Amino acid sequence: MKRLAAALVVIAIAAAGLFWLLTMPAHLDAAITANADAGDAIRGERIFNAGGCASCHAAKGAKGDERLELGGGLPLATPFGTFHAPNISPDEKTGIGSWSGAAFMNAMLKGVSPQGSHYYPAFPYTSYARMKPEDVADLWAYLKTLPAVERANIAHELPLPFRLRRGLGLWKALFLSDQPVVAIDESNAQLVLGRYLVEGPGHCGECHTPRNLIGGPVKSGWLGGGPAPEGDGRIPNITSGKGGIASWSDKDVAYYLESGFTPDFDAVGGSMVEVQENMARLTAQDREAIGAYVKALPFADAK
Amino acid sequence: MRKFIYAIAAAGLLISGVAHADAISDRKAVMKEKVGASMGVLAKMAKGEMDYDAAAAVAAFQTMNDASKTFGDLFPAGSESGGETTASPKIWEDMDGFKAKLAKFGDDTAAAVAAAPADKEAFMAVFGNVAGNCKACHEAYRVQKN
Repeated sequence: MKRLAAALVVIAIAAAGLFWLLTMPAHLDAAITANADAGDAIRGERIFNAGGCASCHAAKGAKGDERLELGGGLPLATPFGTFHAPNISPDEKTGIGSWSGAAFMNAMLKGVSPQGSHYYPAFPYTSYARMKPEDVADLWAYLKTLPAVERANIAHELPLPFRLRRGLGLWKALFLSDQPVVAIDESNAQLVLGRYLVEGPGHCGECHTPRNLIGGPVKSGWLGGGPAPEGDGRIPNITSGKGGIASWSDKDVAYYLESGFTPDFDAVGGSMVEVQENMARLTAQDREAIGAYVKALPFADAK
Repeated sequence: MRKFIYAIAAAGLLISGVAHADAISDRKAVMKEKVGASMGVLAKMAKGEMDYDAAAAVAAFQTMNDASKTFGDLFPAGSESGGETTASPKIWEDMDGFKAKLAKFGDDTAAAVAAAPADKEAFMAVFGNVAGNCKACHEAYRVQKN
């Protein structure tokens, strides 16, 4: 009996140790973060718009220059609880003004905070992990040019099991990857650009791809749409599968992102309005690349 | 007597049900066949897929303006659901806000008609003002269903 108890204790300690190892927050190699503070703010503005940072980190309904005041604020109601987008303005005390470029890069590409704990994937680092480190450095340079906003963060409202961040290490082991999702003709520069913008900074899959029970993206339904995570309605299928955009051309997709009008002149609505207005700030070349990529996607049927 | 009351009530329900179905299909038709079709003409000219035609542009703005005047009446209580409506429940929670958006659409289309843009350059300025109304309203008051 004593032996059994001792064995159980050993197993429990081993399991705890394994959990500890598997859930350990990972950091980027120093070689990758070496140029994190040498980015270009002008190039970073493009990444800022592609990523739609303002849609969550500026105050709700912010228009014009208010979009550049990133004091945080948007509540994101999910099946796991309500997350509040934090302050990412250059304010030293309440924002991220005291961060290093390397810390920012680890947040974006590894989902790890400067204190070394996991971020919740409501912050879409599962997409940002596919970004080029130099683009993240440019974004960092741009963010530092924006106005500092003094506003303390609001704590996320989560039930107890989800308040323990350590377990997110397992979730990351399953779903965090810097590899592209869709295989395309790698010699086609336009498709490669489109895939990068959609799968990386644009993080389109965060809403347009259905999620499984533990909130991970279902890759077989990539960009196939599904029930809206917040409130009523659905997120549309943006592949050419059933219920999708088979009748659209890649030019139609680019025009929609520029103007907000579908091929039959229905207009963009809901939370996509913010996204479309960010996309309208990109170059025509970027929008056309996005159009080419979504038209090249494997068909997924809307669920 | 009781039977008679039931019959009246049933007929009332049926009629109101039909009326709501009518409101939903009517507002869909107005949005698609009047506003959307006009937008199609205007956007094709804006994109340069069609030569600028001043008379066609003013006619399209006028159709939109006419629609803006009656569109708000097509959301009676009870027409919140059914008929694959994509109207957001927010319309009924904030009818004043919804009507204010509609009034702005009316003002901007009336201004476009009054401006009667003679060439494409003048047209582009008023077109932008009018087109912005579509998503300004859809952002808050419309939900995607497919």
